[in-house]
Amino acid sequence: MTKNSNDRTQRKAIALVSGGLDSMLAVKVIQEQGIHVEGINFFTGFCVEGHTHAIRKKDRDKPKRNNALWVAEQLGIKLHILDVSEDYKDVVINPKHGYGANLNPCLDCKGFMVKEALSWMEKNNFDFLITGEVMGQRPMSQRKDTMPVVSRESGAGDLLLRPLCAKLLPETLPEREGWVDRDALLDFSGRNRKPQMALAEKFGFNEYAQPAGGCCFLTDANYSSKLADLWQARGEKTYEIDDIVMLKVGRHLRPKPHFKLIIAREEGETNFLRGYRKKYISMNTVSHSGPISLIDGDADEEDIELAGRLVARFCSGRDADSVTVNVRQKNGESKDIEVKPLSPDEIPQEWYV
Amino acid sequence: MSEPVLDARNLLCPLPVIRTQNQVENMNAGDTLCVQCTDHGVINDIPAWCRINGHEILSIDEQEYEIVIRLRVGEGL
Repeated sequence: MTKNSNDRTQRKAIALVSGGLDSMLAVKVIQEQGIHVEGINFFTGFCVEGHTHAIRKKDRDKPKRNNALWVAEQLGIKLHILDVSEDYKDVVINPKHGYGANLNPCLDCKGFMVKEALSWMEKNNFDFLITGEVMGQRPMSQRKDTMPVVSRESGAGDLLLRPLCAKLLPETLPEREGWVDRDALLDFSGRNRKPQMALAEKFGFNEYAQPAGGCCFLTDANYSSKLADLWQARGEKTYEIDDIVMLKVGRHLRPKPHFKLIIAREEGETNFLRGYRKKYISMNTVSHSGPISLIDGDADEEDIELAGRLVARFCSGRDADSVTVNVRQKNGESKDIEVKPLSPDEIPQEWYV
Repeated sequence: MSEPVLDARNLLCPLPVIRTQNQVENMNAGDTLCVQCTDHGVINDIPAWCRINGHEILSIDEQEYEIVIRLRVGEGL
């Protein structure tokens, strides 16, 4: 059956566009069949490119682009970027299907995104959904046994078409209705990227984002351990967007269970953290040059002195007998304290989060 | 009427793009918008978003710590 043979209307698909090669190819495969495609991209708060653009000054000179926007432009499609960070908290905190190697709830995440895309599709009168999933490529969400889970639990059912591996899956509605030709879809599987690269070459895609272990900080072991530390310190699994942004900035040291210090590592981070002085107690050394630091948690006078001694360790007066540290409260009140910098031996490795 | 100013300072990409997108949805073709940002990623991202959606960048003023972008809302593609 040829495309659109039963309908006079232009069929429309909404594509989950991450900015990587697979979703780029999936869109192109469907565009080639005469379908109007638009992209949808979700801001969860954990998106790698979302946080990494401009905090560190040394990264300023690196090329900065949002890959999803770039892909959309290459494909000539509209891209709708949705902020789902509030609703996404439940996915991270209570994943029905559990976590992967770190705090990555990949299966729940995929189901959540497909469900959100389905809702958008229905509101905007689109006909079906596509993703760039490849069977067997990811250990949680892209397995033969879990791909149907995503279709079922998202509510998308057979409106969800995966063009890159559709031939390995049951027929979907767009195929049965003849909106797309199943024979022109693909049967990619496994972690081998060569078929995708060959298809990219066929389509003339000379440039695309390289896979780098996922586009989500939750797949990163160091980041996940900081988030786990945050939950442990608070005694509950909660977070705000500022919390999860902060986990990417500075050194994190927890001298006591009820507070930690976030110490800027360079000028860009200092400037970034300065913008948070109304939300955290902040400290900076005044007798010697040094980075700004924030205190996350409830710190009493004794804690602040300990924090000051720790901050002094990271300033140019680390070997001085005394360092003056300015302590600024959230309301702007500030005072100077004199402290002796901690010696390296006084900073246990366990303090580093 | 004076040009609306969107304060997207201290937001990291793609939030400035999302805030711009949401503001433009409530504006008319021909209207202009001034967006204040601190994430230098917007220098690529907001123009890319404008090109995709048929809006026009009028100016980009990049300072050390702040970027101000002015755009004109298009007819929509």
